[in-house]
Amino acid sequence: MEDVIKLHYVVPGDDFTRAGAASGDVKRTLKQLGISPAVIRNVSIAMYEGEINMVIHAGGGEIDVEITENGIKMALADKGPGIANVELAMKEGYSTAPDNIRNLGFGAGMGLPNIKKYTDDFRIETAVGVGTTLFLNVNIQ
Amino acid sequence: MKVRDIQEILNAEVICRDDLLDTEVYAACGSDMMSDVLAFVKEQAVMLTGLVNPQVVRTAEMMDMHCIVFVRGKRPDLNMIEMAEDRDMVMLCTDCEMFTSCGKLYSAGLRGGSAQ
Ligand SMILES: Nc1ncnc2c1ncn2[C@@H]1O[C@H](COP(=O)(O)OP(=O)(O)O)[C@@H](O)[C@H]1O
Ligand SMILES: [Mg+2]
Repeated sequence: MEDVIKLHYVVPGDDFTRAGAASGDVKRTLKQLGISPAVIRNVSIAMYEGEINMVIHAGGGEIDVEITENGIKMALADKGPGIANVELAMKEGYSTAPDNIRNLGFGAGMGLPNIKKYTDDFRIETAVGVGTTLFLNVNIQ
Repeated sequence: MKVRDIQEILNAEVICRDDLLDTEVYAACGSDMMSDVLAFVKEQAVMLTGLVNPQVVRTAEMMDMHCIVFVRGKRPDLNMIEMAEDRDMVMLCTDCEMFTSCGKLYSAGLRGGSAQ
């Protein structure tokens, strides 16, 4: 079996209330495919944090998901401001989110650490003024 | 305990999915920061929060939770209620504050859950 399921999402940058819709859709798709709940949760949490980051830090973006029998690959790409210091951004509790975002329940600086924690492979490509892409992979064993 | 017990202990109003009040739940978490909820996967099925926006429902969805309790008189809007209905989640509203709500439920046997 060499089936690949490919999903593509455009994440609007101007609507915080709709952030997470893509992650919810992937979660439902994985459920229908009978993937194990633990794998589904890891994918959902990682992608959701990434989707939220796109909306609160980068004005939206695009997400590609590839599902194979070996795992779930995600690429989350935005054309936002980029991250000047990735090491710092990865620290638990580090956040540049403004207070209005914190009042919405995000901006605790746990997003990137959470994404790393719930994925088997995690890579950031980012350039200031150009944008950020996260490459994530969750294995199915 | 059952979701129904939470409703009785907190003297809470059922906002949606009263057909699911007999769902068994063992662990809960209380937070207004959604990333903190997302940081530790446990078997917790209930979220207590004073935060009201659609990301509360999304966060509960990603964590496979069955029940959201809004504390200190907070109420979800229609959009949030529809989202919860679609996702098979009970929503409860209580006038109790966060600390009191958690304390009452803990005393009744609900736990924080152990991290996997
Ligand atoms: N897609 C992105 N584009 C630009 N900056 C980002 C992006 N994602 C994360 N960052 C930066 O990294 C910091 C840490 O991110 P994260 O751990 O998700 O915490 P939070 O989103 O709560 O601020 C953010 O505050 C922001 O400065
Ligand atoms: Mg974040």
